[in-house]
Amino acid sequence: MATTLADDLKPLHHPKTWVGKYVWSQDHKVIAVQYSLTAIGIGLVALVLSVLMRLQLGFPGALPSITPENYLQYVSMHGMIMVVYLLTALLLGGFGNYLIPLMVGARDMVFPFVNMLSYWVYLLSVIVLVAGFFVPGGPTGAGWTLYPPQAITEGTPGHSWGIVTMLASLAIFIIAFTMGGLNYVTTVLQARCRGMTLMRMPLSVWGIFTASIMGLLAFPALFVAAVMMLLDHLAGTSFFMPSIVSMGQATETQGGSPLLFQHLFWFFGHPEVYIVALPAFGIVSDLISVHARRNIFGYRMMVWAIVIIGALSFVVWAHHMYVSGMNPYFGFFFAVSTLVIAIPTAIKVYNWLLTLWRGNIHLRVPMLFAIGFIFTFIHGGLTGLFLGNVSVDVPLSDTFFVVGHFHMVMGVSPILVIFGAIYHWYPKITGRMWNETLGKLHFWITFLGVYAIYLPMHYLGILGIPRRYFALGETAFIPPSAHLANEAITVAAIIVFLAQGLFFINMIWSLFRGPKADPNPWGAASLEWQTPQTPPAHGNWGPKLPTVYRWAYDYSVPHAARDFIPQNEPPT
Amino acid sequence: MSLLSRLAEKSWETPGIDGLAEPDSYRPAAAQVGLYVYFGVACVLFSLIVGAYLVRMGMGVHGAATHGTAGDWRPMPEPPLLWINSAVLVASSLAWEVARRAARTLAWDDIRRMALIGAGLGLLFLAGQLLLWRQYQAGGYYLSANPANAFFFLLTAVHGLHLIGGVVACVRVVGQFGARGDQRRAARNIRLCAVYWHFLLLVWVLLAGLLVST
Repeated sequence: MATTLADDLKPLHHPKTWVGKYVWSQDHKVIAVQYSLTAIGIGLVALVLSVLMRLQLGFPGALPSITPENYLQYVSMHGMIMVVYLLTALLLGGFGNYLIPLMVGARDMVFPFVNMLSYWVYLLSVIVLVAGFFVPGGPTGAGWTLYPPQAITEGTPGHSWGIVTMLASLAIFIIAFTMGGLNYVTTVLQARCRGMTLMRMPLSVWGIFTASIMGLLAFPALFVAAVMMLLDHLAGTSFFMPSIVSMGQATETQGGSPLLFQHLFWFFGHPEVYIVALPAFGIVSDLISVHARRNIFGYRMMVWAIVIIGALSFVVWAHHMYVSGMNPYFGFFFAVSTLVIAIPTAIKVYNWLLTLWRGNIHLRVPMLFAIGFIFTFIHGGLTGLFLGNVSVDVPLSDTFFVVGHFHMVMGVSPILVIFGAIYHWYPKITGRMWNETLGKLHFWITFLGVYAIYLPMHYLGILGIPRRYFALGETAFIPPSAHLANEAITVAAIIVFLAQGLFFINMIWSLFRGPKADPNPWGAASLEWQTPQTPPAHGNWGPKLPTVYRWAYDYSVPHAARDFIPQNEPPT
Repeated sequence: MSLLSRLAEKSWETPGIDGLAEPDSYRPAAAQVGLYVYFGVACVLFSLIVGAYLVRMGMGVHGAATHGTAGDWRPMPEPPLLWINSAVLVASSLAWEVARRAARTLAWDDIRRMALIGAGLGLLFLAGQLLLWRQYQAGGYYLSANPANAFFFLLTAVHGLHLIGGVVACVRVVGQFGARGDQRRAARNIRLCAVYWHFLLLVWVLLAGLLVST
């Protein structure tokens, strides 16, 4: 049966009570804010953990309360929270929820109830995750990759309870994400307003859409791995557990394959990198285009690159396993597929630069973060080319070089885009303007600070300093300069950590005291800036859905009255 | 318009909405799109477990590939109940097929009867699966006794949970047209339920084939 936009026109039931409006809300904008605040809240926990780790590495013994077990637990929780519970949830649950219906001209997600359920199940997963801090033995210390057999074997912190809360929380998160992801994909496919063809969608929507499809196809691998490891741990099966001697005692398990877990984990884990990166790619394209007052260079190529990167990312997972041992031909295949991704990625980077080229660049805070992203992403991407090669990866694997690489490419880069995006859309979300000076200060400290943190890590890695070590001690191959570098990194990390206070002060203060924002302060052409109210009301568009007549990038069109033409403005 | 020509659209050259008029059949209903996208998720979920099944089957006791030598995999027997359950699921799917065809003509009494029979047979299948579990356990085929058993319990549990989801959806849909609400919508949802049932039958046939052939 076919309906076009009929589903969008069914009467909206506006909630009457405060609880119905802000707690059990089915409005995509409220759910987006709920998702974002929860993700940022748990992200702050991970941020504090990283500062504790840095204190231990820079000034060993300065905080005697940090034991080696604690350190491993901090590493594991920091990694998992940042990748899954902060970045994935914020980019897809937060920005996906807020932007998709507004940018494609829909009243809401197509399944609002499922959308609401998605948030509450996500919150449950966060609560179960946090419960890990309070169970006997504390959270798991198996590393964010949770490799068996060590993750569930005696000697690893949190091997009895912590790992259970972690795996259970992941399984719950995946159920929440699947409900959200089905919504995002179906809304893009089904609820676009009249005239909004696929190739007229802003690149933010393309990035989020492709990442949602990837998440739907990749997260089941983690789900299967988590359930099977839970069974190994609680029910005594041997999916992943080989026959081993632990603490002098032979275990009852036999025949399981730890490598099988690694394959499942990375079949999820590598696409996950792009699940985080693609929405950031899309959003940064829109920020650059709006603030440079130029149409995005090579729009079609940008879309194709997003889709191709998404597809390729499913055939590169074993490059995380070069040192686990594999047939050399596999290593060759995965190295080639990994390096091939550089082509569509480079297309995107060149197109961003060519959009800036001779643009009317306004260095406002969102633009600063977008340009900062280009720097950090190129650096992180180039070190990725090193690590994609088997022979270079083997000596660098498990050193600080890897830590520097992935923090640059999938830690700092998406975070810079998230900051840029929050500054960019804050006037639409809250109806208020933030403080420009505080924003610029926040950008410069953060941007220069992350370089001070992560560039020296590459040097440490080339020296051979291993990652995940509680303390280096007196080791012959580690020169005193390495200790000095570690101290400098820690100082920089603390400064960057404190500088985030500027962001929170700015956002909270502006929410109540900021000047009223113009409905379209940046002069942007995409639909979300053309809503009748700011912030948009429930239902987004008033009585009539918008009609789209053009793409989202009509900036500085010759002979036009203004330097942008909104998507819903008819041709003359 | 094919997907390729859509992706090749020069959006910067085509202002206006001429030629973009959308016929009623342009976009399928949201529930239908959502369900088909979910089929993709479920396919990945089941194929990954099956992939793990095949890899684990070839493992020796030390967790490395055996290359032909004996591993610890001991196949499970195939009791008659396995075939009885499969037949029940086929019958359940057939009932849904009749309901799906009846939904075309909006013959509500037929639809309701066949949908309830279909869902009831689905529940019977689930009861049969539970009985099968008990039989295996009584025969010493515990979850932890052998990886073959563990995979069997895991696969049937995941499949069963999907079927429970189907029964819940069915109860909701039957309630929907009981209230004489949007008739077209209810008929569409009945058809989607039937497609979901067929999908689960297909998955079960493939899983049973895997269990029997290995």
